[in-house]
Amino acid sequence: MDLISEEKMANMTAMEKIRLILDGVKEGKIIVLEKGLTPTEEAKLIEMTMTEITPEDFPGIEIESYPSSHNQKLIDRIFRKPAVRTRLTVIGPANQLKTLKKDRDLISALVSSQ
Amino acid sequence: MGLIKKVKKNFSSIFKHLFKKKTAKIGIYGPPNAGKTTLANRIIRDWTGDAMGAVSNVPHETRRARRREGVTIESNGSKVTLDIVDTPGLATKVDFHEFMAHGLEEEEAKRRAKEATEGIIEAVKWLDDLDGVILVMDATEDPFTQVNVTVIGNMEARKLPILIAANKIDLPESSPARIRSAFPQHPLVPISALEGQNIDTLYEEIADHFG
Repeated sequence: MDLISEEKMANMTAMEKIRLILDGVKEGKIIVLEKGLTPTEEAKLIEMTMTEITPEDFPGIEIESYPSSHNQKLIDRIFRKPAVRTRLTVIGPANQLKTLKKDRDLISALVSSQ
Repeated sequence: MGLIKKVKKNFSSIFKHLFKKKTAKIGIYGPPNAGKTTLANRIIRDWTGDAMGAVSNVPHETRRARRREGVTIESNGSKVTLDIVDTPGLATKVDFHEFMAHGLEEEEAKRRAKEATEGIIEAVKWLDDLDGVILVMDATEDPFTQVNVTVIGNMEARKLPILIAANKIDLPESSPARIRSAFPQHPLVPISALEGQNIDTLYEEIADHFG
């Protein structure tokens, strides 16, 4: 399992983040992102995952994050902080990570070996 | 109403009238088997007399996005003309074994899985080219799927309107209230696309929301 800090991800481009995640997941790792991905990056991750699916080896990913929240504070808007605040995200191989239950603030998942 | 407010309102109305798009391009999104094509078929049949595509219980029946242009919906005095895009079900995984469980041979299941992955890429790409989304959720399922979270997140980031269709209310285990409490920030209409339940309310919301 790799737990990746917000700082490490902050210095990476969207494609670098996606590559890091997909390479890790294809090696069988569970990736935990301290601050998650933006909705646009999540969509790109889904897109890239689809190009890498192979019938026998890689069925795709399981991704679990809480719904993102929005900056409502005036001070954040004045200083142009991103409107969407992303949250902790767990990503793993679809054949090893299974979501059992998920709600706004709780994710229950089962992790198994291949 | 104060003078400034009045001027502001009038200006906004003139601006809207001058620059409003003639048609809005609306994508029908959701996870596989949520009832997207059933809903697209119903809307298009009700307002044009045609149909959009085939439906089945096998996931990823729709593997190519389909667009129907110029569908005019009139409801409660509001009228809106839409280009409706029925998209393949979004997913983060596609396992050919799932298709085999529905009785498909291995080769056919693998071919379908490959087409499904291409369809998902197409659905993601369409997100960049829409004016709004009808997000179809299966009201019998957990609403916090990653697909729902991702589609809502993308539309919110672009400040585009979303209308949630809580589908399959004809089934006893459905719970539109669960979806409403999960995503309270967006309008929601409980419907059965299959049986046509509450579909007129959905048309009112479409005309109001995307018009």
